[in-house]
Amino acid sequence: MSSTTGKDLTTGEHGTAGSLVNDPLAVGESAEAFENPGLPEHRHRLSDASPAGAKKVERQVALIFGLSMLASIVGVWGYFAFPMDATLGNVRYSTLSIGLGLGLGMLGIGVAAIHWAKALMSDVEQVDERHAQRSDDQTRTDAVQLLKDGAQDSQIGRRPLLKGALVGAVALAPLAFVVPLVGNLGGTWNVNAMRHTMWRQGTRLARDPDGALIRPEQVTIGSVWHVIPDGLNESEHMLEEKAKAIVLLVRLDPSELKVQPGREDWSWQGIVAYSKVCTHVGCPVALYEQQTHHLLCPCHQSTFDITDGAKVVFGPAKRALPQLPITVDDEGYLVAQSDFHEAVGPSTWERQRPIRGEDY
Amino acid sequence: MVKALAGARRSRFAPVLLMLLALLAVGGVYAIAAPTPAAADTSSPDQIAEGQKLFQANCASCHGMSAEGRDGIAPSLIGVGSAAVHFQVSTGRMPMAASAPQAPAKPPQFTAAQTKALAAWVATLGPGPSSPTAEQVDASLGDAANGMLVFRTNCAMCHNAIGAGGALSQGKFAPSLFHTTPQQIYEAMLTGPQSMPVFNDANITPEAKRDVIAFLMEQRADNASPGGANLGAIGPVSEGMWVWIVGMGALIAAAVWIGAKSS
Ligand code: FES
Repeated sequence: MSSTTGKDLTTGEHGTAGSLVNDPLAVGESAEAFENPGLPEHRHRLSDASPAGAKKVERQVALIFGLSMLASIVGVWGYFAFPMDATLGNVRYSTLSIGLGLGLGMLGIGVAAIHWAKALMSDVEQVDERHAQRSDDQTRTDAVQLLKDGAQDSQIGRRPLLKGALVGAVALAPLAFVVPLVGNLGGTWNVNAMRHTMWRQGTRLARDPDGALIRPEQVTIGSVWHVIPDGLNESEHMLEEKAKAIVLLVRLDPSELKVQPGREDWSWQGIVAYSKVCTHVGCPVALYEQQTHHLLCPCHQSTFDITDGAKVVFGPAKRALPQLPITVDDEGYLVAQSDFHEAVGPSTWERQRPIRGEDY
Repeated sequence: MVKALAGARRSRFAPVLLMLLALLAVGGVYAIAAPTPAAADTSSPDQIAEGQKLFQANCASCHGMSAEGRDGIAPSLIGVGSAAVHFQVSTGRMPMAASAPQAPAKPPQFTAAQTKALAAWVATLGPGPSSPTAEQVDASLGDAANGMLVFRTNCAMCHNAIGAGGALSQGKFAPSLFHTTPQQIYEAMLTGPQSMPVFNDANITPEAKRDVIAFLMEQRADNASPGGANLGAIGPVSEGMWVWIVGMGALIAAAVWIGAKSS
């Protein structure tokens, strides 16, 4: 920065800053409109008026400090009185007494200190004029000169190798911190992971949480089944797989079921299976109203109509819940015909991309 | 002998006889395999007659003289079983006082004996789920930990994690379970009253139902909330009110006091 522009700028600032210091209320024309009322008249406190008043305050402050001490002692006593063993009652009393002791102990110190300061220490108003923020010209030129001398001394201008090495080292140092941080965010960067679930052709439907297999005659009208793929409980990444594969199973009166075009054989005698992962931001949609056949999401109240392809009838979700095509195998158990035909879960832009090597 | 048998096989009555045998076999197998309805209280003819009288005086105006239901007003009760009647009447939901999005629980209108009589009569109209035995709803025989798993999967989304209840759509709600008796809880799972789905014995087995009851009873124990006041256990609403009104209020009061001049 050249010294001339620096000077110009600071002269401007100096003018304004100076006038502010001299008369705080002199801002443009309002200087004449308002008169500086000055400080209000000092009113003495009770404790200033008589030594007895001051003595009283002293006793109050001491009392509050005393209560604080008492509370701290109670906290320590609580630690010994209620050993943290297996009984819930002791855990409760232990945390309660330690917490109260600690809290009241510290609060007491604070309250006593403030009361002391407000009622006993001097309360006479004191004014400290603010000095100009700009330092004088001599100091400023000296400071600039110091910086210049330093740069000169380091020879950084003459030694480009050192300059490059320094910049490189500084730029690399944070990477050891940033890379693991970002890397640990997801574990996997493969967004296609949401496209596939554990469901395969022939995977049996099992009851959540114990994994009992399900026969169609057990799914009576009006009942609702929370379903996981058979074998989920033994799978390696149980929770990750479960989060994607959870399904809700209901049997509808065939007269109420509006079969979706192209999905004529996806249900079994009125039994339909839908993904339980909300298409809004992925909460488990599981509040099923038996009479309206509406399925509600607890997070933002999206409502899906199970009789009509789980289409959205209310709320922020934008697409129907994916349907799991089901049938019955030779042994009479409900099985999946395939995986879901679309990605389950939130409607991200990623799911618009065609799936590579698609094979259901 | 063999000849006689062969002759009999060709007899005109053979198909009829075979048919009868087959029916007998199916019936016998069904009687053995079918879930035996709780034979808790066998209802006497007197009881059934009393139930019919009570029904016709108190329920027939909506459900019809023989419980056949009336379109758009009240459902048919043929085949709902005694469990549904006991649940609806003992929780005071039926008879319904006024039309509303859903029938709320209120003080029951009938005594325990009258309720039993009503249930006994309705049970004679057609087979349906019957009320559980005392043993089936004995929380002390259940496994509360397993009950929690089942409750979390099937019930908690509507009834809240510990059964405090929650809202549904258009004025409907899942009621709090804190004052529901074990028998009523069992019957509700079995029959799926109003908006609630049915959880039949294949979905939640009778043992698992008892586990659920054990879990819910645990929530009522004196030390159920070791963390202190649970503020109704309804989550962010009451906790938020507490933080914003009481907590923030105390902070503002402290700030005002610190800034005020001592007198
Ligand atoms: S996640 Fe279901 S409505 Fe938002």
